[in-house]
Amino acid sequence: MFTGFDFDVIARSLPYLSQGMLFSLGLTVLSMIGGIVLGTVLALMRLAPFRVLHLPASGYVNLLRSTPLILVIFWFYFLVPLAMKRLSGDAYATGIGPFYSALIAFTLFEAAYYCEIIRAGIQSVPRGQVHAAFALGLTYGQAMRRVILPQAFRNMVPILLTQGIILFQDTSLVYVVGLTDFMGAASKIAQRDGRLVEMYLFAALIYFILCFLASYVVKRLQLRYSVGR
Amino acid sequence: MIAIKNVSKWYGEFKVLAGCTTQIEKGEVVVVCGPSGSGKSTLIKCVNGLEPFQEGEILVDGISVGGRKTDLPKLRSRVGMVFQHFELFPHMKVLENLTLAQVKVLGRTPEAAIEKGLRLLERVDLSAHKDKFPGNLSGGQQQRVAIARALCMDPIAMLFDEPTSALDPEMINEVLDVMVELAQEGMTMMVVTHEMGFARKVAHRVIFMDSGRIVEDAPKEEFFGTPRSERAQLFLSKILQH
Repeated sequence: MFTGFDFDVIARSLPYLSQGMLFSLGLTVLSMIGGIVLGTVLALMRLAPFRVLHLPASGYVNLLRSTPLILVIFWFYFLVPLAMKRLSGDAYATGIGPFYSALIAFTLFEAAYYCEIIRAGIQSVPRGQVHAAFALGLTYGQAMRRVILPQAFRNMVPILLTQGIILFQDTSLVYVVGLTDFMGAASKIAQRDGRLVEMYLFAALIYFILCFLASYVVKRLQLRYSVGR
Repeated sequence: MIAIKNVSKWYGEFKVLAGCTTQIEKGEVVVVCGPSGSGKSTLIKCVNGLEPFQEGEILVDGISVGGRKTDLPKLRSRVGMVFQHFELFPHMKVLENLTLAQVKVLGRTPEAAIEKGLRLLERVDLSAHKDKFPGNLSGGQQQRVAIARALCMDPIAMLFDEPTSALDPEMINEVLDVMVELAQEGMTMMVVTHEMGFARKVAHRVIFMDSGRIVEDAPKEEFFGTPRSERAQLFLSKILQH
């Protein structure tokens, strides 16, 4: 059935492909960390009783959640260099490099989703816990850091990781701005060598294996964290 | 010690507290009872500012709870509170539950906090459980830990919000015993409870609330003798007939 195909192309391009994979994983991990940090701040803002805090945060989250990811990637890739030229007045100013512009785009985009997950997580901690923390004299910041957030994140670990798996798949979108992530690398070799079927099958298989394994781990974690309390 | 002056509170249109006024002197034990929804839990949560109120004034040791300049965390750290559902921190071991606020709020050294924590665990007879997580203790044990946690802060007064309502019947006494001991030592206590046995034993005064009002506020003997209001008589006859 596979006569006429050349699967050897995969072996020959492994170094290039694994470089792409490193890029994909790096982008995923860094934007996950950035997204969770920024998302926590946004979630706390959305839960704050003050309009000056929760209105901008809600606006930000709603705007980004109603925007296709690919548009955000384009904006950062094409608009940041333009903005830098305008701001610095240097006609030859370049952007901040494709990796960083992608990283910022993903961080900002994911933060909106993480914000909603974290907000739900914080609200899942019983109100009595906040009261108990306050009653002992803890300040808002101490109560959040020591009592509420640790419990909230414990409840959220599975969902946060699942969002991370989705993010990993979404990083393949950076190939539209010519970045060489795993998908970009596979697609470049596919087109250079005319081996579209082989490379795209291989890419699909790798994405499947990684995401499936990760989902399995998440499921195990979910079982472990759901007990207790 | 605690002065509640004409306090009113609304949830939107609904008035939960209507001009409540009472006083609790140093060393006094006051039991607050009343049908559910009468505002007794809300009132006790107003005392340490967990619930805001719109009208009136509450003074704790001379400091206004609702005051703009009041350092609420500091005031709360001086008033112990015990909740219906214990509210121990489930992600921390029992001893950590006891030391957290001592270190973070009072600025004690970890060693001093641990020593104090162990002493109070000993007092509620739970030293053997110091390294367990709250989820592994029974309800009665958890509530005793919660009392010890509040006592670690050397409070000037203790607030109890239905401390035995979530407990199985056979565990109620172990918690009440600790509270009775505390009362007999002269702790200032405000206790929301339906445990009339506890009230008879150690309370100095009983407050009866209905629909957000303090209907009756009388010395214990008088209250259990013949409550002045019909509403309180009816309530007492219902909970005392068993």
